[in-house]
Amino acid sequence: MYKVVIGLEIHAELNTNTKNFSYGKNDYTKIPNINVNEVDLGLPGILPTVNKEAIRKALKIALALNCNIADEVLFDRKNYYYPDLPKGYQITQSTKPFGLKGWLIYYLNNDKKTVYFHDIHLEEDTASLEGNNNYSLIDYNRAGIPLIEIVTEPCLYSADEAIAFLEYLRNLLVFCNVSEARSDKGQIRCDVNISLMNENDSVLGTKVEIKGINSFVGVRTAIEYEIKRQTEVLNSGNKIIQETRRIADDGKTYSMREKVDAVDYKYFVEPNIPPIKITDDYLAEIRKEIPELQYERIERYLNNGISLTDAQIITKDLDVSNYFDALESLVNNKESARKWLITFVLSILNKGEEKINNLFLTPAMLANMINKIDNGEISALNGKEVLNEAILTKKDPLLLIEEKGLKQIGNEEELLKYINEVIIENPKQVADYYAGKESLANFFVGMVMKKTNMQANPVITLKLVKEELDKRK
Amino acid sequence: MYSKMMIDDLRQELDENKITGEGLFKEANKLAHKHQEKYNSFVTILDNYNFEGTSNTLITNIPYALKDNFSTKGILTTGSSNILKDYIPPYDATVYKKLKEAGAILVGKTVLDELAMGGTGTTGHTGLVRNPWDESRMIGGSSSGSAAAVALGIVPFAIGSDTGDSVRKPACYGGVVGFKPTYGRISRYGLFAFASSLDHVGVISRSVRDAAIVTDILKGCDENDMTSLPDEDIKYIDNINLSVKGKKLFYLKDICDINYYPNKTPELEDILNNFKKVINNCQKIGIEVYEEEINKNLLNAIYPVYNTISCAEATSNNSNLTGISFGVREDGGNINQVIFNSRTKGFSELIKRRFVIGSYVLQRENQEKLFLNACRVRRLIVEKFNSLFTKYDGFIMPTSDAIAPKFNEKTDKLSDQYLILGNHLIIGNFGGYPSITIPSGFVDKMPIGVCITSAVENDALILNMAHEIEETMTYRGMIVGEEDV
Repeated sequence: MYKVVIGLEIHAELNTNTKNFSYGKNDYTKIPNINVNEVDLGLPGILPTVNKEAIRKALKIALALNCNIADEVLFDRKNYYYPDLPKGYQITQSTKPFGLKGWLIYYLNNDKKTVYFHDIHLEEDTASLEGNNNYSLIDYNRAGIPLIEIVTEPCLYSADEAIAFLEYLRNLLVFCNVSEARSDKGQIRCDVNISLMNENDSVLGTKVEIKGINSFVGVRTAIEYEIKRQTEVLNSGNKIIQETRRIADDGKTYSMREKVDAVDYKYFVEPNIPPIKITDDYLAEIRKEIPELQYERIERYLNNGISLTDAQIITKDLDVSNYFDALESLVNNKESARKWLITFVLSILNKGEEKINNLFLTPAMLANMINKIDNGEISALNGKEVLNEAILTKKDPLLLIEEKGLKQIGNEEELLKYINEVIIENPKQVADYYAGKESLANFFVGMVMKKTNMQANPVITLKLVKEELDKRK
Repeated sequence: MYSKMMIDDLRQELDENKITGEGLFKEANKLAHKHQEKYNSFVTILDNYNFEGTSNTLITNIPYALKDNFSTKGILTTGSSNILKDYIPPYDATVYKKLKEAGAILVGKTVLDELAMGGTGTTGHTGLVRNPWDESRMIGGSSSGSAAAVALGIVPFAIGSDTGDSVRKPACYGGVVGFKPTYGRISRYGLFAFASSLDHVGVISRSVRDAAIVTDILKGCDENDMTSLPDEDIKYIDNINLSVKGKKLFYLKDICDINYYPNKTPELEDILNNFKKVINNCQKIGIEVYEEEINKNLLNAIYPVYNTISCAEATSNNSNLTGISFGVREDGGNINQVIFNSRTKGFSELIKRRFVIGSYVLQRENQEKLFLNACRVRRLIVEKFNSLFTKYDGFIMPTSDAIAPKFNEKTDKLSDQYLILGNHLIIGNFGGYPSITIPSGFVDKMPIGVCITSAVENDALILNMAHEIEETMTYRGMIVGEEDV
């Protein structure tokens, strides 16, 4: 068995209105080449203009990932020829990445782990290429979209860790409202660096890079395949070749090129963008916009007595977590808030694949209902039914209770009227009850429920039934 | 008769309805065609009068020429390079847009040294440009056609670009005015980049006054160019007649001393004597002129530093020319081969030389020693001149150390000679300084000039001084030949 060491490079597209260095639109679409202007095409004479929103969002990530922040905005050119790179260079940051030396705590099941970051920088995306046998099609919609690159240290030791971290990172990007981070739209992509070493070795093994993986499932597949492949190579006494590989549809990785360091990108400072100072005030302003993040929320929930599993479920989605916080503040019994969110709300969302913010049922509506149920004003069964109908018909649940006359009957005088009727109508069961078949009390409760259209409070009814029968003995 | 006129005179003719804008355009168009075969100023001559002005300005309906490295929507723009010989841009350079809105009328796109890299006017893909004063001589470059068109009287002004001396040198060889304002004063958006940190837009005209009028139209902050300077609320033309009494200029002693030169040619002697005459004129109008000396190592470094930086930026800036989404695409077995073949066939030898040098100085193992050191020396030179500019309003030098060369005299292979007098114009690009050349006389029947350079943002001042010095001489409005169309 070898020890696995993994480092990740994550590219995430920022959800800005326009591109990183042009006024071209940043919008996901399947129609090719419509969000394109002369700058995105790299036509002669164009100049870059920096997108302030992109800078702000990139800095927000660097701050959220606890990095040391650069003192100024400075961009570099990375020079290479490729058909998806219209200018023949990519504007990126190598001299002064926005963030250096960051870290993030995440949970892998019940274990707390820390991932360390080498750097975080802002750059522009390339065009997308669609290859065919005899020709390639280029879609420039993607060219110039702001891309944040997050580079970890080699500090992940299994596919599970890598995936757990990636999920946290994706949530962080979404929580901070900097990226949609959707794999299906190609908004988050990964390069995996992976090496194997003997348990007692002090130096890392030879690193293999798998480039351009576009889903987390793909990351897992690539890591697992590489562990298997590299283990076999090492076990057979051969050496790992330092190379760049790609993952194919068959789940295997294939060599693209050897000697990864052979490419010289001839970086130099982009002369068309004068450096801009990053002030402490500006950073403080951005810091204020960072919401409470997933890890912090989990800690808070744990302190409030919620289990780690539930805390993790609730914090997977910022909106769910916010919904829960609102609900909890309005519900008298905190445990009820948790129970209803997990068993009721989340199961509805899962079924309908609906976003919680689109749900008709607001935390206030749900809290009202939960409090009524807890107070015995309405039965749990009827409550659930009303809530479901409210969601379906988009009607206020309180209105529905009135309309359907579902208010629970807890008034003893009113209940006694029904109980007396039931006792008179069922003389045989009364006789059996007196003969010692006490379980028949529930039969009378059932009959009362039927008469009241399920509105009778079953607990009070049972108590009254027993009292009334005893009285008549 | 209109070919001799400058902007003010033409304005008057137009305003008094002695000629229409279209009439003026037709005159210019006729002249452009007439001189084309002999001098080859233009890549494209426009034959239709096209007025798109949105406001009345001093240059409304005034014809002009534009260097063929400014993007013009719907009009062929080649950069005088084969790889762009069919390229029709889909967008306008800011400069072109401003001129259009000001109502100026484009007569044609002028020939340059391929992609503005060169100083001879011999490397454009449509052939060499000849000097109107002597067709056996060069006009210089890279704004060759623009200088020739103004010198020939086809248009009263033309737009060029200046990375080392590309507006001022050909203007000097053509006996006209060449002005490059402060870096960022005029937007570079739409100017095909040669070396971004050195590229300037410039104006070629037959008087300092006209240069000021046109710069007033062109200047201003542009949201498409982050290096463009904030707007000023002055007009240069309003400040052109101010008194220059008490202004202080300096020249570099060594460079203006014949004894400094190993080859003391009569031509050089004449140029330096002419310069002394100009200095005298300056003193007559109250400009104080002083001698300064600076470390010769710095001066010797100008040319290699320029080569290093400009080639490095050029190789990156021109990496978009692959034949993939625009430009001439050659066949190839795979995509890399397509790019390789397109670039191999699309560029001339000289351009490729520069790209190779640029690539070399940027390589990981060379970058620190070559490129970054060049950037440091550039900063040293700029700091030196910045400190001199705290004492002086500018420096004045002969624009060139020689008259326009004959075609067989000089090749444009990157020279290893430290031609300091020929290279001091580059200081203006290193520092982004405003710099202007005006004609100052003749040597061997060829025009020569003096160049004044000042601290950044001293555009109004430099135009003012140049205008007053121009007044002491008789070369304002000069064109070649007297014959009418």
